[in-house]
Amino acid sequence: MIAEYGHVALIVALCLSVAQAIVPMAGSFAGYRTWMRLGHSLALGQLVFVAISFACLTTAFLQDDFSLQYVADNSNTLLPTQFKISAVWGAHEGSLLLWALILAVWSAAVALFSSHLPLVLSSRVLSILGAISVGFGLFILLTSNPFARILPFSPTEGGDLNPLLQDFGLIVHPPMLYMGYVGFSVAFAFAVAALIGGQFDSAWARWARPWINSAWVFLTIGITLGSWWAYYELGWGGWWFWDPVENASLMPWLVGTALVHSISVTEKRGAFRSWTLLLAILAFSLSLLGTFLVRSGVLTSVHAFANDPERGVFILAFLGLVVGSSLLLFALRGPVVQRQKGDAEAVSYSGLSREMMLLLNNVLLISAMAMILIGTLYPLIADVLDLGKISVGPPYFNFFFVPMTLGLMVAMGFAVFSRWKKTDANMLLQKGMVPFLISLSAALILPLFLAESISWATYSMTAVITLGASFWVVTMSLEDLWQKLDRGSSKAASNVSSRLKSLTKLPGSYWGMQVAHIGIAVCALGVGLSSVYDVQKDVRMVPGDRVEVAGYEFTFDNLSFVQGPNFGASRAQISAYKNDRLVAVLHPEKRKYEARNQVMTEAALDAGLTRDLYVSLGEPLKGDAWAIRLHVKPFVRCIWLGGLMIGLGGLLSVMDKRYRRRRKPSTQSSTRSKAAATEATAQ
Amino acid sequence: MNRLTLFIPFALCLALGAFLFFSLGKDPLDLPSALVGEPFPEFALEELHEPERQVSTDDFDGQVLLVNVWATWCFACRIEHPWLNSLAKDGVVIVGLNYKDHRKLAQDWLQERGDPYQFSIFDPRGVLGIDLGVYGAPETYLVDAQGIIRHRRVGVVDERVWNGEFRDLYQQLVDEANAE
Amino acid sequence: MQSNSRPGLGLLKQVGLFLLLLSSSAVAVEDVVSFSDESLRPRYQQLLEELRCPKCQNQNLADSNSAISQDLRAEVQRLLEQDLSDAEIKEYLKNRYSEFILYRPEVNSATWFLWAAPVVLVVLGGLIVLRLSRRKKTDGTEETPIAVRSTDQQQRLDELLNRSKQGSE
Repeated sequence: MIAEYGHVALIVALCLSVAQAIVPMAGSFAGYRTWMRLGHSLALGQLVFVAISFACLTTAFLQDDFSLQYVADNSNTLLPTQFKISAVWGAHEGSLLLWALILAVWSAAVALFSSHLPLVLSSRVLSILGAISVGFGLFILLTSNPFARILPFSPTEGGDLNPLLQDFGLIVHPPMLYMGYVGFSVAFAFAVAALIGGQFDSAWARWARPWINSAWVFLTIGITLGSWWAYYELGWGGWWFWDPVENASLMPWLVGTALVHSISVTEKRGAFRSWTLLLAILAFSLSLLGTFLVRSGVLTSVHAFANDPERGVFILAFLGLVVGSSLLLFALRGPVVQRQKGDAEAVSYSGLSREMMLLLNNVLLISAMAMILIGTLYPLIADVLDLGKISVGPPYFNFFFVPMTLGLMVAMGFAVFSRWKKTDANMLLQKGMVPFLISLSAALILPLFLAESISWATYSMTAVITLGASFWVVTMSLEDLWQKLDRGSSKAASNVSSRLKSLTKLPGSYWGMQVAHIGIAVCALGVGLSSVYDVQKDVRMVPGDRVEVAGYEFTFDNLSFVQGPNFGASRAQISAYKNDRLVAVLHPEKRKYEARNQVMTEAALDAGLTRDLYVSLGEPLKGDAWAIRLHVKPFVRCIWLGGLMIGLGGLLSVMDKRYRRRRKPSTQSSTRSKAAATEATAQ
Repeated sequence: MNRLTLFIPFALCLALGAFLFFSLGKDPLDLPSALVGEPFPEFALEELHEPERQVSTDDFDGQVLLVNVWATWCFACRIEHPWLNSLAKDGVVIVGLNYKDHRKLAQDWLQERGDPYQFSIFDPRGVLGIDLGVYGAPETYLVDAQGIIRHRRVGVVDERVWNGEFRDLYQQLVDEANAE
Repeated sequence: MQSNSRPGLGLLKQVGLFLLLLSSSAVAVEDVVSFSDESLRPRYQQLLEELRCPKCQNQNLADSNSAISQDLRAEVQRLLEQDLSDAEIKEYLKNRYSEFILYRPEVNSATWFLWAAPVVLVVLGGLIVLRLSRRKKTDGTEETPIAVRSTDQQQRLDELLNRSKQGSE
């Protein structure tokens, strides 16, 4: 019965979203306030019913209701409880329900936190979100119903969740990622609403900014978690494969990053208007495109859900409708949005101004996104054009992405010092002197020390470039911070307390920028150094054997057999020593999951900031021997630490008081917000 | 941005949509053989039933034939086998390539299910398999009278596949061979 | 071992031999894949990462456990031992498995767009930035609102305003 309640709740939610898509929008044109306000209640109602539906599906999993096809395919009586819950979104149908739930959450959030927006705008935003919900609701109910039953002969046992998914990663990664993907639908809705209404100014940018930043934070963390999960779960020590599904998450992120930067120009200078709107539409379009690629079977991927062309047609139609109509609207209404009074002519900026820097940032980010899009889709395009079956893999993507990132990092260093409208080139060069020297020294000297601690590594150009770029970003950022603190403190006494006081006066978005930029430097450092100094050995070992890898000694102590809740495993104990001191005891396993008769490698890690020790079991060999893969991976943890920092930076920006308080004067930025208010009312 | 450039994103979206539409239904893992139009690779391996007998492309004897890659560990091969038996009865020459298998198991398998093959090449280490670009059983190659590979199918060859992909070409090749 | 002639020294030798055996167990551990020349190993690793498993769902030869991947790894090793260059090995495998097996697409008439497009995009973008940066010049008149000041410029403005106020009093 519970499944039927879930099914009905979904249908009710669909009806509500239909109403949400039509009524507020109609009201906004006709001027009926009650209709416009209805959007808020409808969004909240939709959330209630989608949540009920989701809860029903979860209950079915917890109760081992194998009469549901979806539960039978993805669960098992022996599956631990936390994985039964995460199995809800472990495959196609359930993950779509998660999408719908998160879409309802964001819509409800917009409904709750939009009281300071003009009703015309908020009602249109909610209508657009409603229309998207209708699309997903129809897709679920018509093609991917998680509540479909197997009757009359229901299995008594389920097929079990894919062993690779029976992990903490499944609990956190998809929800975070979806919060990001779906979050950009809000930005999308804001953009389309602006195009419909023709009203687009700095006020719009100020309202949209927190929504854009939050979605971006979630996506950043979602991608970071995904990479980290792949690293420890898949058993071979890799953390990014340029797999189509991974690219599907990186592309909206790159566009989102461009958007986060572009919107600040729109807000502060009224420039880049059309471009910001386009980016907002593009970010969500890429999210939807990702959904299509993963579920239609047109591309091969280890992450792909289902190879179902029929579902593919539906998503493609939905995608075409949403993206096509919004881009058409953009093309038709674009000029209206551009032509604001007393604006376009007055906005001018020269060579090294902040506007130019941000434009360069956008160019590089969008080029990177386009490159990834072309590379991911090329096999498909070549096949359609009968050019053969071509593979495009990491060598292609790395070839272009690495120099683009380096370019961004170099520009990032300068950009921190750039001023709006005009920046003095000499000032930039002067500011850059010391950081350049520091970075150069670090880049040339550090690889020698790194080579010493990892015994045989030779001097590497990649390490030099990575270190140089990362240090450059960090030193330039710190120099700017120092300069701001210096100015901020009173002239007479530049003592510690006065400096610290001026720390608090800096706005959240400034801290956000600093933290995020430094996060990029840390991440790049991790990427570069771990790929250069990674040491790997594949050896044949019997219990008692000892082998030396990069200054560490690993001994194969023993092999035992353990029984897990739904698997049996061969478990090795491997001890790691450095300079004859025990550093770590590792337990890699080779698991066999009974339900699917599937064998899986569970790697063992000793994590550290400066290095990871990574051990996994290969195949059992003749006699007692096993093939064992041992890695020493320096600085690999910096990758995800950097990712988290980037997310934290975004969070600090979201929390910036200036965007949350409604024109209330606050300490430092009172002049700015008053002036902005003047500007808004003047237009 | 001027008026016309605003339409570029829309135009790109349409183009992309068209590509995606036409890509639906295509199987990205259905690989064309690199050897279509090339001579069947040279090999010198033992025959499955007679270990003392060495076979090579000479044993193709100027016939138009199918080379069928099979193994006892391959489940789909069991599904395909009855159709191969029926083809052999109709006079289609089929040569088996026993791929990465055990000789005794393979011989018993054929004993049980019938042997449609004129002879079976025994390739326990998969060396001919690599030269052919085999990546999984079953696979079937159509070879013409001059020893050139004309078509490859990865997957089961049943009546539908035979009629759709092989029959006409096979007939054409046989006619050409007979005309000489 | 002369353990019976002089017990003390003999024991020492026995212990020494035992210790030697213990320490040499580190040497006795052999690589799963061995090369006649160790300098082949980094090339082997690199090649495995650039070659695709023909039947997997997007994995390279280094990461895949399928039977064909194991066979192809052995083949790559064999070809390296035969002194073929990286390009020759890729060509060898491409002739058998088609270009699908190459993760780095070749540059030919079918892939010119793939390789050229990113370069064109960056160059185009750069040109746009350059053109915009040359065309727009700052004008002397300040028409834009005060809101655009950054923190320190705001402070200097305040100071200037204060000073001018004081001056006019």
